[in-house]
Amino acid sequence: MSETHDTFTHDLVIVGAGPAGMAAAIEAAQCGLRTVVLDEQPRAGGQIYRNVTVAPETVARLLGPDYRRGADLARRFALANVDIHHQTTVWDISRDLTVMAQKVDRSFRARAPQLLIASGAMERPSPMPGWTLPGVLNAGAAQIALKTGGQIPDGRVVLIGGGPLLLLVACQLLEAGARIAAIVETSPASNRKQALPHVWGALRTPALLVKGLRMLQTIKRAGVPLFKHATDVRIDSGGEDRPDAAQRVGSVSFSASGVAHRLDTDMVLLHHGVVPNTQISRLLRVDHAWSDAQLAWQPTVDEWGQTSLSGFRMAGDGTAIAGALAAEASGAIAAIGAAVALGKLDVDRARERAAPWRVRLAKQTAIRPFLDALYRPPKWLTECADETVVCRCEEVTAGRIREMVRLGCQGPNQTKFYSRCGMGPCQGRMCGITVTQVLAQALGASPQQVGAYRIRAPLKPISLGSIAALEPSVTPTK
Amino acid sequence: MFKQVDLPAAEMQREVCIYVEGRATQVRAGQTLAMALLGDGVVPFRRTPVSGSPRTPLCLMGVCFDCLVEVDGSQNVQSCLVEVREGMQVRLPLGARRLEEAV
Repeated sequence: MSETHDTFTHDLVIVGAGPAGMAAAIEAAQCGLRTVVLDEQPRAGGQIYRNVTVAPETVARLLGPDYRRGADLARRFALANVDIHHQTTVWDISRDLTVMAQKVDRSFRARAPQLLIASGAMERPSPMPGWTLPGVLNAGAAQIALKTGGQIPDGRVVLIGGGPLLLLVACQLLEAGARIAAIVETSPASNRKQALPHVWGALRTPALLVKGLRMLQTIKRAGVPLFKHATDVRIDSGGEDRPDAAQRVGSVSFSASGVAHRLDTDMVLLHHGVVPNTQISRLLRVDHAWSDAQLAWQPTVDEWGQTSLSGFRMAGDGTAIAGALAAEASGAIAAIGAAVALGKLDVDRARERAAPWRVRLAKQTAIRPFLDALYRPPKWLTECADETVVCRCEEVTAGRIREMVRLGCQGPNQTKFYSRCGMGPCQGRMCGITVTQVLAQALGASPQQVGAYRIRAPLKPISLGSIAALEPSVTPTK
Repeated sequence: MFKQVDLPAAEMQREVCIYVEGRATQVRAGQTLAMALLGDGVVPFRRTPVSGSPRTPLCLMGVCFDCLVEVDGSQNVQSCLVEVREGMQVRLPLGARRLEEAV
């Protein structure tokens, strides 16, 4: 091993500058840790506070106070005594915690005894016939369009799915002047009964419940048709007679309350909740557990964010979905944990320092069981029709995966091997969770037994030139 | 596919010129290339190498890779993660590459 490979460039490397990463960096700097933050986006904020430092006043107002509060966090982050690298893509991390990243076509190395991944969440894929058509986006994408470009859908929009974000995006788009043709909720009727026992936890944060009820009211007052418990949802193009219409979404069909509906639309926004982005934790082969409550993989972490690999911590929605305020708290707590591991803080001081964060964390997570049950995605989403494309990159259908099970495939790495499912540019990010669930159903096994894709470097496409231009180590920004 | 919300003049970003398949188009600075293309009505961004089916971005946050385009000669750039720059040359990957193009 070369000399540079063994040398630590910092005490702590943080990947991601969303609420968890930013709060962790601030806390780490206060604890005296030499910290570097690597973030893929042009500026701090993650997805939830994307562009918050530069968003025009009118746009920030449309997005509301929950978005604007991120500006203060981003400001404190920018002032913290940490090195910050934006537009920096992490493309490999080895189990000795050496991080390989790329910034402006050049790769460099960062290494510290402590590594904190704050990779955040991604929207759960919503596989259904027609979801690959141009004009079909995730609901979160429409919100990002507003955050990053001050742009709203041009034409009629149908929102499909369930969850707080679906309602929030609908309200924000209405406020911004978009034309919402309908909201098609897919949460099954049985969810309400399942959610009821959790209502006491939700009452610990009444403000969130009030927010939810207000959103429903806004939608009702705007006169937007709201269909409930929809099934048999499919998206079709605008027809084959006009070449441009055939290339994009034209209508949505579904059943609701026993009635078949077909709505013409220019855009479809999908949303079935968010799931942890586990690409890096999978690369590092740490323990993950399938959460039946959140229907997603969660890397296993202790109360200080420590994973099953010593020195490697995770925080925020990348570990379990709990929202931005919880992510800030778990980020700070993980940084305190790193300070203890580095001998910069004794355990008693650390407990004291973490205590107020833990209070906030408990408050924010109290409503989750209620929301998880109320907006649990319908079973039909992963019991999708054979024709449904599951792997968007390699265009592998649910039927093909089931066929491979009949031929003897036992897990996602075998179906990948036989069909390239999960081997395209997104490297299984979009299909991984669906493939595991489809396989689990077909095999009569649990997702935990079926497992997940093995993830390998490079995590993102990089050029050989970038590796050839490798710099010995990260250059400080401050 | 997308349009700008009405902003007061003071909040408007200046315009930059980018080239999409050689066609010059004025877009607002400070936005990602993916948003600029969506605002400019570019459909599709790419065609899949497998069946040639048309695609535009799904996630706009670096996960789905359906926004891949060629930027200033670099292929497979996630257009949702780069901001527009004056003079940016954008090409749309419309199908699998042929060997003669690759060499």
